[in-house]
Amino acid sequence: MSKILENLRYADSHEWVKVEGEVATVGITDYAQHALGNIVYVDMPEVGDEVTAGEDFGAVESVKAASDLISPVSGEVIAINEALEDAPELVNEDAFGNWIMKVQLSDPGEVDNLLDADAYAKLTAE
Amino acid sequence: MEENLIKTCLHDRHVKQGALMSPFGGFDMPIQYDNITQEHNAVRHEVGVFDVSHMGEVRVKGPEAYKFVSHIFVNDVTGAPDGQIFYGMMCYENGGTVDDLLVYKVNDEEYFLVINAANIDKDVAWIMQNAEGYDCVVTNESDYYGEVAIQGPKAEETVEKVLGIPCTDIPFYNFKTLHIDGEDIIISRTGYTGEDGFEIYGSHDFTVRVWDKLMDAGVQPCGLGCRDTLRFEVGLPLYGDELSADITPIEASLSMFVKLDKPEFIGKEALAKQKAEGVTRRIVGLELEGSAVPRHGYPVLVNGQKVGEITTGYKSISTGKSVAMAMIDKPYDKLGTEVEVQIRKKTFPAKVVKKRFYDKNYKK
Repeated sequence: MSKILENLRYADSHEWVKVEGEVATVGITDYAQHALGNIVYVDMPEVGDEVTAGEDFGAVESVKAASDLISPVSGEVIAINEALEDAPELVNEDAFGNWIMKVQLSDPGEVDNLLDADAYAKLTAE
Repeated sequence: MEENLIKTCLHDRHVKQGALMSPFGGFDMPIQYDNITQEHNAVRHEVGVFDVSHMGEVRVKGPEAYKFVSHIFVNDVTGAPDGQIFYGMMCYENGGTVDDLLVYKVNDEEYFLVINAANIDKDVAWIMQNAEGYDCVVTNESDYYGEVAIQGPKAEETVEKVLGIPCTDIPFYNFKTLHIDGEDIIISRTGYTGEDGFEIYGSHDFTVRVWDKLMDAGVQPCGLGCRDTLRFEVGLPLYGDELSADITPIEASLSMFVKLDKPEFIGKEALAKQKAEGVTRRIVGLELEGSAVPRHGYPVLVNGQKVGEITTGYKSISTGKSVAMAMIDKPYDKLGTEVEVQIRKKTFPAKVVKKRFYDKNYKK
């Protein structure tokens, strides 16, 4: 059974979002890391890049396949988790503890379009 | 669509064991059981077992079996002792590859051909069509045989102790036929992992019994996922990636298996010409800087111009390096040449290296 945290918002493409003021921290869910298997590379954006809700901002690679990362929010990338450059497997170990990017939101209202924990739990139970 | 997939005799075992199943070559095959890295490492350091019942088997039998096999096969089986196995290809007249295969010499009048699952129908049609006029009978025995591959440094010990099949006397690339449980089974010291190991062919019932004994003994079941990472690391080609109807064995850097001094075989003229004049492109190894993963079809660039394409690539489980096999235009195929690989929106520096990323550990 995958872990789901109550206080986060979720995209149906299996990213999680934690909003603090106008900054969103984004990662992939425990369900996603489990489905991918051993993660060997996280292709992250660069600080200063603009990301758009619904568009890809990078990729997560397992041994066998690459999966696009879809941004749940729009804005400017203000930080990336550099620890993942050398240790992408951290995402397997703790998907919620190891975020991928932080975004300065250009439209904080977009977050309301995302799933809450209950709705995401239903989605992944299907 | 999925209803049309063929199930091997071990299919219900895979499903019960919770394997991730996926279509491969028209079969519903296990890609991984739990963890591809764990399965890969079991084969490199201990032992693992693969269901390879999807592979095709074709028997060629008759007074002109030797002559016919020599006609369709680019390697040379002349003078071989009974029980020897040859790796090589069947080619079209233009040198493109029909398939790569193993040829088991039973005797001068009988050969056992092991072909790729995805190519069974095409290969059988090709073999039968070319057999016209030769005094031999071609039989597609793919539906009869199940096959398991037991691979890894402990393969020999496992086959002897767990299965009770004597195998220490079988040299590398040799086989023997044994009468077990009322049927003839074939066991060969062959594989597709770069490790010592055996492949065992028998009826479906026999194959299921072998599998169950191995599982009871705690042998790691391995899926096609790690079969690919293992064969890739030691530079072995996969039909569809490094070989195809559009890729000759010379272009695939496999000319050591093409015996141009043979009197004749299909494709000889085209391959001899290509060898003499030189190829315009060939398969090489690439090593990338960083740990982005090069994958099949990604472009290889020099000064922003495309000079080739990745055929297989991984972050190597055994070495941790991002490496690939790639089809590269001349003159960028030379060892040490600096190129770039485009991965999504970014490009990564890489250099041409030998296409063996991990040393084979065969018992010869």
